[in-house]
Amino acid sequence: MQVTVRLFALAKQTAGRAELILTLPEHSTVADLRHAILQSVPELTPLLPNLLISVDSEYAGDAQPIEPGAEVALIPPVSGGSGPVRPIVFRTTRLFR
Amino acid sequence: MIEITEGPIDHNALTERVRSHQAGAVCSFLGTVREMTGDRRTASLDYEAYPAMALKKLEELEAEARQRWPILEVALVHRVGHLDLGEISVVVAVSCPHRHQAFDACRWLIDTLKEVVPIWKKEVWADGREEWVHPGLTTPASDHPRDTPS
Repeated sequence: MQVTVRLFALAKQTAGRAELILTLPEHSTVADLRHAILQSVPELTPLLPNLLISVDSEYAGDAQPIEPGAEVALIPPVSGGSGPVRPIVFRTTRLFR
Repeated sequence: MIEITEGPIDHNALTERVRSHQAGAVCSFLGTVREMTGDRRTASLDYEAYPAMALKKLEELEAEARQRWPILEVALVHRVGHLDLGEISVVVAVSCPHRHQAFDACRWLIDTLKEVVPIWKKEVWADGREEWVHPGLTTPASDHPRDTPS
């Protein structure tokens, strides 16, 4: 399946483009997507461990499957955050998954 | 009330919007473009959003805050694009029956907004270099930022 990955901020600047179109096997996960991104754009290698991935506008863990047609994005750390990604801060909310 | 806008933010109008007879307290926070960061001088800032996700996260923030505090009205507005020194990048306005609730809700909303809402800022330094601000990521400022597609 084809997956379009949107890029923002430093990820976009580093890759030199605003989106990537990748071909993944069916039933791929976010972890598989990370691997495919590194293969496709090695320049992102130093950044990728610090980038979150969103699937359909929700932060997604590595085990999450990617359905065909999903909207996927690379999310660099947000300006007010306090360092390397803090994925779970408020467990009662849906803000971080 | 949730908005991402490219134009200037009217913070007075937002504060008025959240006022009500049930409120004993209104707290408004303005984020503004600061000139000095340590000894480095900022010329301007460029903000970029992932709009669909940013709006969704702002709505979730409002819903979560309403569960935590007896909020009467709330406005969350973030500006994107090019901002000059002193301009307002973000406004959080909240009204509650009592002041400690309004202070606490406003503080939580701006702090959490800046951690979870996918909006990024790029420093345009006075020396002409440009640099995305990503806590935890250290990269040299780019000398050729104009190569980046928008």
